[in-house]
Amino acid sequence: MRDVAIVAFAQTRHTDHDTGASEPELIQPVINEVKERTGLDRFGFTCSGSCDYLAGAPFSFVSALDALAAWPPISESHVEMDGAWALYEAWVRLQHGDIDSALVYGFGKSSLGDLRTIMTLQLDPYYLAPLGLDQLSYAALQAAAVGAERPELDEIVRRSRADGRGNPYALDLPDPEGEDFALRPLRKTDVPPITDGAAAIVLATGDLAARLCPNPAYIRGIAHRIEPHYLGLRDLARSPSAADAARAAGVGKGPVEVAELHAQFPHEEIILRRALELDGDTVINPSGGPLAANPVMATGLIRVGEAARRIHDGTARRTVAHAASGPCLQQNLVTVLEA
Amino acid sequence: MGNRCAVIGVGQTYYTTKRRDVSIAGLVREAALRALEDAGLTFKDIDAVVIGKAPDLFEGVMMPEAYLADALGAAGKPMMRVHTAGSVGGSTALVGASLIQGGVHERVLVVAFEKQSESNATWALSTHLPFSASLVVGAGGYFAPHIREYMRRTGAPGHIGTLVAVKDRLNALKNPYAHLKIPGIDQKMVESTPMLWEPIRYLETCPSSDGACAIVLSSESAATGTPAWVHGAAMRSEPIFRAARDTVSPQAGKDCAADVYRQAGIADPRRQIDVAEVYVPFSWYEPMWLENLGFAAEGEGWKLTEAGATALDGDTPWNASGGVLSSNPIGASGLIRFAEAALQVRGMAGEHQVDGARTALGHAYGGGAQFFAMWIVGREKP
Repeated sequence: MRDVAIVAFAQTRHTDHDTGASEPELIQPVINEVKERTGLDRFGFTCSGSCDYLAGAPFSFVSALDALAAWPPISESHVEMDGAWALYEAWVRLQHGDIDSALVYGFGKSSLGDLRTIMTLQLDPYYLAPLGLDQLSYAALQAAAVGAERPELDEIVRRSRADGRGNPYALDLPDPEGEDFALRPLRKTDVPPITDGAAAIVLATGDLAARLCPNPAYIRGIAHRIEPHYLGLRDLARSPSAADAARAAGVGKGPVEVAELHAQFPHEEIILRRALELDGDTVINPSGGPLAANPVMATGLIRVGEAARRIHDGTARRTVAHAASGPCLQQNLVTVLEA
Repeated sequence: MGNRCAVIGVGQTYYTTKRRDVSIAGLVREAALRALEDAGLTFKDIDAVVIGKAPDLFEGVMMPEAYLADALGAAGKPMMRVHTAGSVGGSTALVGASLIQGGVHERVLVVAFEKQSESNATWALSTHLPFSASLVVGAGGYFAPHIREYMRRTGAPGHIGTLVAVKDRLNALKNPYAHLKIPGIDQKMVESTPMLWEPIRYLETCPSSDGACAIVLSSESAATGTPAWVHGAAMRSEPIFRAARDTVSPQAGKDCAADVYRQAGIADPRRQIDVAEVYVPFSWYEPMWLENLGFAAEGEGWKLTEAGATALDGDTPWNASGGVLSSNPIGASGLIRFAEAALQVRGMAGEHQVDGARTALGHAYGGGAQFFAMWIVGREKP
């Protein structure tokens, strides 16, 4: 495959509340930031990820184009998925060989509605949604299936929040305290924070990548898989789709220094470490991960950006990013980045 | 453009107001199985699935690809979901084709659908982002002023829209899958229907349909049966609120057409394209797009329509299938255009086949006439 690198990454300073910024207002600063950093004003391809249900309006991505200064008209597409899949689509487009750059962004304001209930609408509308399973209910089912020890889960939350406090873009959340359950066995502190935010990434190929960035983060492998929707058809303690995607992306072909995992709940991190076969030498979510900032529809793209950032700043040579979608990690995307 | 890509299977459901007999999963599976059957393949032969549809609010299922993975045989495979407003059906085909052209996969299943009977699309299209009042009702309310401006600029006589409404519905009588079948439809009948959004009358607008369309795309080495080859593929978008944009003949449409024509080596679309399936949801969009796509000079599109050039037996047939005016499961409408273009060059369009069609255009647009997706398919390899 053609060498494609991440040459710039920008994200908002994510908030736990609605700051009053519209979605275009949220996106524009990060788009401008990656444009300034690369000196590129036009891109061969542009792709974004967002979800109408967060805004509560159809075509919520349409006005986002106004933030891009998309004039003259641009070659552009949109996925109703996390921005990480927009990055995948752009990576595929760059494989054609006729363009050498792409802009990717993802955004979401989960503060506008009741995310927990909204996520119910992602389920089979005939057989699952009417049961009233909400986001926490099905996450709790998976947590119960994993059956991890409480200290291990607490440590994941503690570490994520501490790392998040060290990350200027993530939320400042205190060390987890209290034993209140959100929904057994999920503690209140196991639940990812409601977050508004956006992120943007620039991809470039060959010479252009080297010219735009002193340490481009090359995409050495990228793959995604989905698995059956019905929770009863799956072993919720495992994620075969994440394992398949990791194999296809070549995670195991070398040591992984840093892994940024789209684990919204601590038990998901345990499942994903196993699926990606990450050992104790891999630093997990040094950004704080989704437990420290979870701007839905950008969270997965931010994992890719954070994994790339470690290569950009020279602190790592091989990193892995993971993004997820669907109930109980139904769909997983894995990216391997190398210096 | 990358590697060669072919359409080797097409599947459609019968389009109708309400498909009470199937779930959403049943609807998409029906189209997918027909496309696989056409290609002589099964789900096992598919590497990846790309699905598209218009806003999730139409059915009330958020990101339905998660739920539809099983019905489309996607479990264990990559699955993507595209949403680019009304152009989404076309964009979905292009995202699928991109996977082949980029050398990532050998065979991709592309599916698009809408089950509009689950909601009321007109009202679903009338809500705007919080704090900005909706000034129009439905897509017709939005596009009618653009049509009036077209009439003002070109001096087109008022009956042109009715000609398109009649022509496309006559074509639909020859298409077994078409939703609206109105035997005996004529100008008088169209003119007798209520005015919805000046100058769009009831029979000059598209229906709300339930339906799905699927295509199987393949690389050159994995092609089966009778392929339609992709000769050009392009998307273009422009900002909806840009004050200087021309909503009557959007620059993004012109640029997108220029891009696919360049790829396919087309200098004179009216002569070199044997049949076009163009997204015409309101009758007047035929003359408007005739100009935007370079089939007619500026101000001249309505004359082609008036002269019958776009009829099935005209010199440049448009929407031989009956078009969006006859069948409109919104999210699938663009893919149906792309699929019908492929059927034509494969010589498999049945009663609405344009004799000897070798090159065809598939076109879709969406948003405030700001998102465009197009492809050129041909009988021969590019």
